[in-house]
Amino acid sequence: MTLGRISLVVCIVLLALAPLTLSPFRLGLLAKYVCFAIVAVGIALAWGQGGMLTLGQGVFFGLGGYAMAMYLKLKEAGSAGLPDFMVWSGVEELPALWKPFGNPVFALAAVVLLPGLVAFLLGLLVFRQRVRGAYFAILSQALAAAFVILLVGQQGLTGGTNGMTNFSQFFGLDLTDPNGQRAVYAIAAVVLGVTFLVAKLLVRSRFGRLLVAVRDGEDRVRFLGYDPAVVKTITFTISAVMAGLAGALFVPIVGIISPALLGIVPSLELLVGVAVGGRFVLAGAIAGAIAVNYAKTLFSEDFAEGWLYLQGGLFVLVLVFAPKGLAGIVESVRYRLSSRKRAPSTPVEVAA
Amino acid sequence: MGALANQLPIGLSIAAVLLLIALGLTFTFGQMGVINMAHGEFIMAGAYTAYLLQGFTSQSFLIALPVAFVVAGLMGLLLEWSLIRRFYGRPLDTLLLTWGVSLVLQQLARDIFGAPNVQVTAPGWLVGGVDVLGVRLPYNRMFIVVLAVLCVVGVWVYLTRLPAGRRMRAVVQNRELAGYSGIATGRVDRFTFLLGSGLAGVAGVALTLVGPVGPSLGTFYIVDAFLVVVAGGLGQLRGAVLAALALGFLNGYLEFWTDASLAKVLVFVVIIAFLQVRPQGMFVLKGRTLV
Amino acid sequence: MRPGTLSPRTLKRGLIALLLPALLATACVDEPGAGAGASGDDIKVGILHSLSGTMAISEVTVRDAELLAIEEINAKGGVLGKKLVPVTEDGASDWPTFAEKAQKLISQDKVATVFGGWTSASRKAMLPVFERNKALLWYPVQYEGLESSPYIFYTGATTNQQIVPALDYLAAQGKKKMFLVGSDYVFPRTANKIIKAYAAAKGIEVLGEEYTPLGHTEYSTLVNKIADAKPDAVFNTLNGDSNVAFFKQLRGSGITPQTTPVVSVSVAEEEVKGIGPENVAGHLVAWNYYQTTTTPANDAFVKAFKAKYGADKVTSDPMEAGYNAVYLWAAAVAKAGTVEVEAVKKAAGGISIEAPEGTTTIDGENQHVAKTARIGLVQADGQIKEVWSSPGPIKPDPYLKSYDWASGLS
Repeated sequence: MTLGRISLVVCIVLLALAPLTLSPFRLGLLAKYVCFAIVAVGIALAWGQGGMLTLGQGVFFGLGGYAMAMYLKLKEAGSAGLPDFMVWSGVEELPALWKPFGNPVFALAAVVLLPGLVAFLLGLLVFRQRVRGAYFAILSQALAAAFVILLVGQQGLTGGTNGMTNFSQFFGLDLTDPNGQRAVYAIAAVVLGVTFLVAKLLVRSRFGRLLVAVRDGEDRVRFLGYDPAVVKTITFTISAVMAGLAGALFVPIVGIISPALLGIVPSLELLVGVAVGGRFVLAGAIAGAIAVNYAKTLFSEDFAEGWLYLQGGLFVLVLVFAPKGLAGIVESVRYRLSSRKRAPSTPVEVAA
Repeated sequence: MGALANQLPIGLSIAAVLLLIALGLTFTFGQMGVINMAHGEFIMAGAYTAYLLQGFTSQSFLIALPVAFVVAGLMGLLLEWSLIRRFYGRPLDTLLLTWGVSLVLQQLARDIFGAPNVQVTAPGWLVGGVDVLGVRLPYNRMFIVVLAVLCVVGVWVYLTRLPAGRRMRAVVQNRELAGYSGIATGRVDRFTFLLGSGLAGVAGVALTLVGPVGPSLGTFYIVDAFLVVVAGGLGQLRGAVLAALALGFLNGYLEFWTDASLAKVLVFVVIIAFLQVRPQGMFVLKGRTLV
Repeated sequence: MRPGTLSPRTLKRGLIALLLPALLATACVDEPGAGAGASGDDIKVGILHSLSGTMAISEVTVRDAELLAIEEINAKGGVLGKKLVPVTEDGASDWPTFAEKAQKLISQDKVATVFGGWTSASRKAMLPVFERNKALLWYPVQYEGLESSPYIFYTGATTNQQIVPALDYLAAQGKKKMFLVGSDYVFPRTANKIIKAYAAAKGIEVLGEEYTPLGHTEYSTLVNKIADAKPDAVFNTLNGDSNVAFFKQLRGSGITPQTTPVVSVSVAEEEVKGIGPENVAGHLVAWNYYQTTTTPANDAFVKAFKAKYGADKVTSDPMEAGYNAVYLWAAAVAKAGTVEVEAVKKAAGGISIEAPEGTTTIDGENQHVAKTARIGLVQADGQIKEVWSSPGPIKPDPYLKSYDWASGLS
């Protein structure tokens, strides 16, 4: 018990100390990993707890990111100006779709509501028809593909393949200045903490137990009088909102949002960290997301061609030997240690 | 008008490509519930087989078809035997597992054959086309249509007329009962995977006629292939055929009236809408073991 | 209780305790900056191309050419008496990664300059990084123009050195009806905007304008639309793998280079190899350099490249532009007497070298280079034969200010 408390404190202290010890470049990278960790919490909720393998999380990440980017672009362009990419895309007047995003309150609301709404509608349509398992996975993947094509095709509205770049301001913070970057990092770290707490409360609540029940026996839950479609839709929506928040934070941290971040492959990559860390444990998913993205940076700096081997191999190894990820390994070690003291209860195998 | 009529054979040929790439999946995904994301890389293996064989004899392209079947089939067999058989009953995990495998295979192809596309020369008799009643029929497209028909007939004969196919269907419908009846279910699984992957190899050879041959070849086709299987219904040969035809013509005409980007998005919308009406695809298999 | 679903709190925290500190500790150990760009006897230069992902096909060849130039310069004694040391990073065909790696090269490795990028998207992603850090980027690929960053040097063609000459050539050949085909991204859309403005001014009819998603491989419908429209020529701005599918499917359709030539601006020697020369032979391409270009510098370049990387390798326009970029930068540094960015920028205007494509000169005003435009005919052996070239190097004009018909574009 005390060990856990101490390690949590250590983590918070380390995350808090990072701005002081890291160079602005490395801190920016850490902030990026934190964004992916926020997405990971949502995936762990939907996939680990709810059994919904979402291969289209990039879509929600993108919706949040684009909403934020639109606001920042408008802010930069001033009241009369057009965002830079519209100028070279031949757009002469600000499209109606863009106008409300000049308002910071609307933009912030859109960051949360837009991914939530899309996920809610899709979830309602799909889950009510009892589309599940592999079908849902493939549909969410096709959604990612279609979304990217749509974004790329509307160059005047979205910046096309280039996406949007060149942000220097974030709600009064100067993103070119190391202090501004530290502040953005701090915001991301706090959002991660809040996301984690929300997810944790959710998992512990009655709703969380219901969600696990839906995962393990949807029909039985239905016979008990609950509507699994509602439970799944709500969870899916929450996980989409988390991805949207991460996308919105990603924009000022990395300085770009583009379709390259949202397609099938990036959406799958978001899963790697969760699988490695352990999809059934929220903290495991966070640690996994940060570790895998850190490994990716390391590899691409020294051994670029090897990254695909490692990423692919990691996936295979984890799934074959440790389906519950690193968290599962830690758990079984602890289980063995503690079973010497207590009589073990029989563990039930999880059917995903 | 001429162009509109021209879209008919084009829709058919798009359908044939879709069917070729999805046919193997109706085996592995449909019959066994294994979502094989590495299916695209088996297609790639077939295409590279055609690349390696060319120049040996004048008919190397035709020879490549059976050879690619064996090469991709053996790769599938190896994958099933080494990894997938540990994963039955965990369809979502197989999806991620095979995606990992597909990444490794792509990078392997890049290291062996280099990142650039390689050149596969089409045999002379498949170059050009013929005009029939003002409708243009390219030979390479006609070849793909014929090949797709042959593959479907072959699969149909196998499933319905041969003992091995009957055993396979028995395992699909009730694995446990089939096992008790003396069918070696493990061996049937391996053989199913060999067939499904082998068909991907054949598709790969055919695709060299119309598309690029490079390490990312598989990624171009995999999503479309899955959509065909999802729309067609699990494990249904006729479902796959009908879905491929529907999506082929839909794609062809939607692109003709709008553009390529919009057509892809619209096709996705149509599939979502269709699944609202028929959540299990066109045909539902009354099996007991599949979720 | 199901393990893994609701496990003890301590467990989760123990896990964080295990992973995060180790992670942060490694992240905290920052490599010490290796000093300024020119320290001791070395000058570090960054090379930033995609070595993995879809763009690796093209970008690896440019990296090879740039490394060759660095090696040659070092063999001749380096720059300012110091050896050039390349620091290579992988952009991974992913635009945010380009921005991240550019930042790394500038702030961690402290390179004197960076050579890199291919797609417009990667350049747009890197641009703010270089402007913010006041560092230099040399971008070696033909692009859509309408840009002139004070911290980027553009050694590939801008629109008036590639697309406009190609249009002039087609017009001179009496082509009156054109069909535009492109991948769905910035370069084709901007190129087609220019083409339409040109066509409107010169009485050329544009029969159709079609875009396909990047990586698209199904072209039969598009080919049918072309066959139906019966244009005199097709202007092709498709990118990468799509070209292979397009040309293979075009060939079966009965459209021949004799009746309807396709002019491509993104198909070079390397791409011809992947498409299969028999599928594209007889069609036209527009560039500033071909492997067959006859200059003494090119003989040496092709020979050196094949000696270093293999006799089966081909050289292409972007490779040559990357090779030139290194030499142009080295010449500017030699003139400035320092690698300091502002001094190099100041010295660069008017710098001229005898490149494989002929004389190329940096325009101090917009930091592009003057280049000779060349129209080529693809041969059955995969090489490209020059059929027309501009009388001399064309002055770069990224905003097409000197063309009346383009007044509404920028």
